[in-house]
Amino acid sequence: MSDVVEKTLTALPSLLSLDSQPGAAKLSSTSKLGNLIRGITELTSKHEEEKLIQRELTSIKEQVSSPNTSMRQMKELMVRATYCEMLGYEASFSYIHAIKLAQQGTALEKRVGYLAVSLFLNEDHELLLLLVNTVLKDLQSTNLIEVCMALTVVSQMFPKDMIPAILPLVEEKLNHPKEIIRRKAVLALYKFYQIAPNQVQHIHNKFRKALCDKDPGVMTASLHIYLQMIKENPEGYKDLTASVVTILKQVVGGKLPMDFNYHSVPAPWLQIQLLRILSLLGKNDHSTSEIMYEVLDESLRRAEMNHNITYAILYECVKCIYTIHPKSELLEKAAKCIGNFVLSQKINLKYLGLKALTYVVQQDPRLALQHQMTIIECLDHPDLIIKRETLELLFRITNAQNVTVIVEKMLEFLRISKDDYTTTDLVGKVAELAEKYAPDNEWFIETMNTVFSVGGDVMQPDIPNSFLKLLSEGFDSVEEDRKLRQFAVDSYVSLLQGGPGKLPQRFLQVISWVLGEYSHLSEELDPATVLSLLSKLLDSKNTSSETKSWVLVAMTKLCEGRAGVSVAREVSETYSSSLDTALRQRAQELQHLSQDSELRARVLPRDASREPLEVDSSLSFLDGFVSEALAAGAAPYKPPHQRQEELAQEKALSLEPYGLSLPISMSSCSIGDRQSPTLLSVSSGLSGDSIELSHKGGSATLKLDGVKRVWGREGYLSKRESVEETAQVEVPSPLRSPSQQGEADKSHNQTPTPTPTPEPEQEKQQLASSLFVGLGSQSSVCLMGKSDLTNQRFRRKARCPGTSSGSSEITSNSIVSPPSMVDSLLYNNLLDSNITSELDLASPQSPPQLSQDLSTANGTCDVDLTDRDVTANNPSIIRDNGVVAAEDPDKPTDLCLSSHLPAELSGLSRSEITALCSHQSLHLSACHVQGDDSLALVVFILNSSDSDVQQMLLQLDSDQLEVSSVSESPVQEVRGDSVVVCQYSLTVKRPSVLVEVCGVMSFMCSVGTPQSVQFSYKLPLASFIRPLTVSTEEYGTMWLAFSHDTKQNLTLMREDRESLTATLNVLKNKLQLHVVEIIGMEGIVACRLLPDQPCLMHCRINAGTLAVWLRSPIPDLPDCLIYHCQRALQEH
Amino acid sequence: MIKAILIFNNHGKPRLIRFYQYFAEDMQQQIIRETFHLVSKRDDNVCNFLEGGSLIGGSDYKLIYRHYATLYFVFCVDSSESELGILDLIQVFVETLDKCFENVCELDLIFHMDKVHYILQEVVMGGMVLETNMNEIVAQVELQTRMEKSEGGLSAAPARAVSAVKNMNLPEIPRNINIGDINIKVPSLSPF
Repeated sequence: MSDVVEKTLTALPSLLSLDSQPGAAKLSSTSKLGNLIRGITELTSKHEEEKLIQRELTSIKEQVSSPNTSMRQMKELMVRATYCEMLGYEASFSYIHAIKLAQQGTALEKRVGYLAVSLFLNEDHELLLLLVNTVLKDLQSTNLIEVCMALTVVSQMFPKDMIPAILPLVEEKLNHPKEIIRRKAVLALYKFYQIAPNQVQHIHNKFRKALCDKDPGVMTASLHIYLQMIKENPEGYKDLTASVVTILKQVVGGKLPMDFNYHSVPAPWLQIQLLRILSLLGKNDHSTSEIMYEVLDESLRRAEMNHNITYAILYECVKCIYTIHPKSELLEKAAKCIGNFVLSQKINLKYLGLKALTYVVQQDPRLALQHQMTIIECLDHPDLIIKRETLELLFRITNAQNVTVIVEKMLEFLRISKDDYTTTDLVGKVAELAEKYAPDNEWFIETMNTVFSVGGDVMQPDIPNSFLKLLSEGFDSVEEDRKLRQFAVDSYVSLLQGGPGKLPQRFLQVISWVLGEYSHLSEELDPATVLSLLSKLLDSKNTSSETKSWVLVAMTKLCEGRAGVSVAREVSETYSSSLDTALRQRAQELQHLSQDSELRARVLPRDASREPLEVDSSLSFLDGFVSEALAAGAAPYKPPHQRQEELAQEKALSLEPYGLSLPISMSSCSIGDRQSPTLLSVSSGLSGDSIELSHKGGSATLKLDGVKRVWGREGYLSKRESVEETAQVEVPSPLRSPSQQGEADKSHNQTPTPTPTPEPEQEKQQLASSLFVGLGSQSSVCLMGKSDLTNQRFRRKARCPGTSSGSSEITSNSIVSPPSMVDSLLYNNLLDSNITSELDLASPQSPPQLSQDLSTANGTCDVDLTDRDVTANNPSIIRDNGVVAAEDPDKPTDLCLSSHLPAELSGLSRSEITALCSHQSLHLSACHVQGDDSLALVVFILNSSDSDVQQMLLQLDSDQLEVSSVSESPVQEVRGDSVVVCQYSLTVKRPSVLVEVCGVMSFMCSVGTPQSVQFSYKLPLASFIRPLTVSTEEYGTMWLAFSHDTKQNLTLMREDRESLTATLNVLKNKLQLHVVEIIGMEGIVACRLLPDQPCLMHCRINAGTLAVWLRSPIPDLPDCLIYHCQRALQEH
Repeated sequence: MIKAILIFNNHGKPRLIRFYQYFAEDMQQQIIRETFHLVSKRDDNVCNFLEGGSLIGGSDYKLIYRHYATLYFVFCVDSSESELGILDLIQVFVETLDKCFENVCELDLIFHMDKVHYILQEVVMGGMVLETNMNEIVAQVELQTRMEKSEGGLSAAPARAVSAVKNMNLPEIPRNINIGDINIKVPSLSPF
């Protein structure tokens, strides 16, 4: 095909110069666009082009604004304008005309209009609002092509705030009889999902329907959405696994019409997409992975034809196999595939092979070993991309034994690479490796020297920082530290003597700091020599003023003796008149300190960089100054964020009184939470059936600590032993054990080498043995695993040794014993203890709080019983929590623990008591209680054994919440067979749909070992919502002052006149909102987030739905609240 | 997701530019220049993937390109796209252009920039791959061309033409996959 193109293009010049030729007619040479293009082609300089285009633009401008221009002409003008824009010349005057064309033209002109709009504008452009009506109209058009055009432009760009306006229409299109329309609608919805996920969360069911569409095209389009959603929350879509597998099976099995084949491969892009989804679903999940083994095997088998696209499928397959829970047969096949890739002569496949190797090498280092010769060849490949990919691979397999060779290769590459991005990336990697595996001081310093001089000023600033930190903090041995520092000093002195002209600024800064700090370590070095070297730096015109300050500080540290003082005086004189204030300051310091050596010793003590500095971050020593200034009438200081907020508010008020197009800032967090059905179901699982708890609860947070870790840094963990075993078994096989030189050589003789050319081959083999040393045999496990640590030379000193909790054993919850067991145990014990009142009998001298609790418990036991009955019969008491009524096994537990509820909290509405975690005989449960102005979290700690638990420490923490303990003195022990209650008060720091409290309880059993358990507790934001009583006027002023808002349509409760009142009443009851006023079809509602963060809601009935607009000064609050409103209405 | 599609000739003159993510105008030009600079210095016998152009964001992004005679077709994609898949998508796109223009050449792209855009719209929509089946793409484009013709006669016989446009049917190739045995349970969102 390219031949054809070539042939046609050779005719290009003649076509352009002679339009009388027949071929030119096809190219519409008479058109104005043709003239323009021909004009441009004839030009020779950029400047001329600019002039020509400007002229063109002026003429277009004249014509578009003339009223006589017909739509047909306009169409032509728009094409010319887009052409100019493409070349980089702005034609902003035509934007509005493009919109007009899309609005008023016939279908064909519309098409040009839409195209121009989508090329000219972006999502945030204000003119885009003018397009909304046109899109609305076209979506309703009977002409399918117009509908297609509207959907296309919507999926390219649409103002976020206007999505609710067209959402119903787009949703409707999901049921359109034409598949092309359905397909485009799905993609448009995907776009909405990307820019405003909370707007489309209610149509997840429709996504499912699209997935099941009878047309494979629509199904394919819906996979885009699922890929994204599963990426964000794989747990929520595990149920799709079987369906995806079924689809893939059918595709692979050729069940699709021939029409879908591409080079006789059935729907390859669809296969790729499905494989990606499978790998996301099967990651870290054994049972899900089981389902897909068969189809993966089949995919591997079928994809054997020799075409580009089959390799694409194979590559995805291999990646999937290595991502999901491993299965040895598949791994074997996948490894073979990777081999084929790496060995392929096609360079694209080689690239992917290297990528795949890099991906799997940490799980299976032997694979890299098998292909060592190929990898060596790739290192010398002419293609830089291949080379870099190889280095990336080598970076992954670096260990203490091969670090010098690998770093040498990387530095070699760095010296020839000119691309900033690559340099930055690679320099960071070299620095990391050097710090981790340096074999000796000399090598380390020299490598870092190269890093600094090559990386220069493009490297990440943390590299020099961490280098200096390493140098100053030192290691375990004082002698080693001294040697390293001295070597650094010597090396820098010789560098400076050699001519510092070419060294990058960052490096010079490092050098001057090290010389200032440590040059005294080198005995034969005269401070005067260093000073003169440094002052030479100052004189150089290449040195930046930032570097100069570093140099001056170094000189200040060094100016000793007569020679020093005289140099110092000279320098400080030069710089005390510098224009740069920082330099002037440094020069002053230098001058003063050089004259007063005692003061200098105090200000800049030698070797003091290790001592932690005490920094008064509140600047309290300035308090006097501040109060004076305030007294003199100065304005009080406002932190930057406050100033910005005020600015934003001012802006909101002055510019957009109606706040129509205010940007909605949405926290990714709340969005992430909201779209996952499982996450929501978790809390129900927690308080619901206890058996369900073990599954569902596990799926969200508990699982992380509970599940056995299958994959670790060193690869597949539970397989590690077997890897070791095979490695041992295979030691005789020469290919895999190059840890010993002799054997390694043998192995290379057996490596398939096509032509045994002696000399270079020998070199390569040597390189191989030095690169891959330590891989594959037993040491390979060390390489990736723990013994890394012991090899590491520059181990940072542990800064606070106190925190290492030697024998403390962290038990994770939820796996040790099935929760149902625990529950029944808990139940029995509690019942026993309650009946026999062992509690207070057993603990006559129990701490005051406990006994108080107990007496309360005893005193109100009966009352509580009835209370409980009420709770069970009338779920509305616990409405805020929205918990499903608890199953039987839980209830008695609830009953027994609830009797321990602090007296002041009884009678308030509370959630079910949920088991948090347990460890042997210690069981933790919790519930939350809603007061009028507070939300209390009550944690029950039950000790069901005879022995006491001591030194108990319960710590709660949360990202989203402020947690404060209510009781003054923390409980420290739990006696045998008793319950301790801890009460916390919670307020929201950062709103989120579900907020979570994480906790750790450490304690000491009578046996004596310290232990700890972790748990987490989730509660909906709605528990923190209270009514806010305001008048309509107050509401009005508040409304204008709030800057964060969100809008959405909700479903109405009933379809009659009273629907608004009915709907608002539901919300009022379920979410504790305050209905301020209802006027006709509109209603205003107010509430507050505890303690006093207001949120206002404006509701209006519009076309059978309730258009809700929420505003609040808190960024994420409206988004979260709308979510709860939606839920409340759905549940009703 | 596909972030941008750039087509330029051997001299770096842009022939078709389509961004699916917003960049300011001058940034776009800079991206085009940098991309051209990166791509043009590569031989024909090296791989078709490039990583880490600093402009369209860092390590997650790739340039995947093909070189046809005088034109470079460059797709800038993120990690959620398959490298080889995109490479063949470029092939599909170019073959489609070839079908629609009958022996496509650079001049077609210059003089019918709008038409190329329409073809591209049927392949990639909002950064997502919409259709990879060449026949389907050609069918959609041809349909629009037919509309062009019928609209040409619109002034002659307005009523008839309008109704013709209105009732125009999109071609539907009958095809069906048996996904009947998918038993997807729509999860009822359990309350909390």
